[in-house]
Amino acid sequence: MIYWEDLAVGWSVTTPEKTVSREEIIDFAEEYDPQPFHLDEEAAKKSILGGLCASGWHIGSIAMRMVHDSFHVDAAALGSPGIAEMRWQKPLYVGDTVFITAEVTGTRESQSRPDMGITNWHWTMTNQRGQTVMTCDTVLLMGRRDTGAS
Amino acid sequence: MAWFEDIELGTEVELGAHTFTAEDIKRFAARFDPQPFHLDEEAAKETHFGGLVASGWHTAAVWMKLMIAFRDNHAETEGKPAPDGRPMPRGGPSPGFLDLKWIKPVRAGDTINFRSTTVEKVDLRSRPYLGIVRNLNEGFNQDGELVFSFIGQGLIERREPFVPPED
Repeated sequence: MIYWEDLAVGWSVTTPEKTVSREEIIDFAEEYDPQPFHLDEEAAKKSILGGLCASGWHIGSIAMRMVHDSFHVDAAALGSPGIAEMRWQKPLYVGDTVFITAEVTGTRESQSRPDMGITNWHWTMTNQRGQTVMTCDTVLLMGRRDTGAS
Repeated sequence: MAWFEDIELGTEVELGAHTFTAEDIKRFAARFDPQPFHLDEEAAKETHFGGLVASGWHTAAVWMKLMIAFRDNHAETEGKPAPDGRPMPRGGPSPGFLDLKWIKPVRAGDTINFRSTTVEKVDLRSRPYLGIVRNLNEGFNQDGELVFSFIGQGLIERREPFVPPED
């Protein structure tokens, strides 16, 4: 188990690659973001995005799962109070293969919860063309080894 | 949607409400955020949340769902046309969001009411036919507590190209 004390600025994790399918893009869009450029190839080609691509909220959710499987699953992760900024820099198109690097940019004790520590992270999602698809600056509350929170 | 020029700061709209069932919370979590407090009632009881709570991404995705439904139900068909004949904007992509806060847990059975307020319009010298509109989006639970907020951004078409003021 990775606890708050184990992390320091500069600590990072890189996820395995994931290829995003047409079906999962459309499936998410139908339920949560039914705009033409997330649902229909022809409409997407005519749009400013140039092709069928994932909802930004789908990108965030995919990123969550990828970082979860490479970090949270082994960490005393206690949830996030928020995200300072998420930038959708390039579309995530059907068939794109992406990976994420998550790097610790800050760490401090929690004043209100002595059993928790606060960590700041910068996530970068990169596609098979070497382009940055998404970045975000997020916060993760973590359990402390010395207080045994989990 | 209205043209960028016609969007007024301070406009507040109610996007509607959504009830987060335990089944939906667990279904979303199984796909995107399988932490114990999102995935399993019994395991969640043992955590600091004390019970099943929705993934923050689930809350955000539901906001998007209600925003699109609102937009579709309030499509602007009337409005001063563009001089070059372009059709009314349909809402465009977003460059990202700012200052997202998961303030309180969204628990199984909670009903969240979402609203959106236009707070800022940004001219773009780089893209004279587009402007950025920023909205403060907020979610309140059935007890009136603010549980979720963020600043959304949309690229919205202008009726006429932006002419920067002379320096």
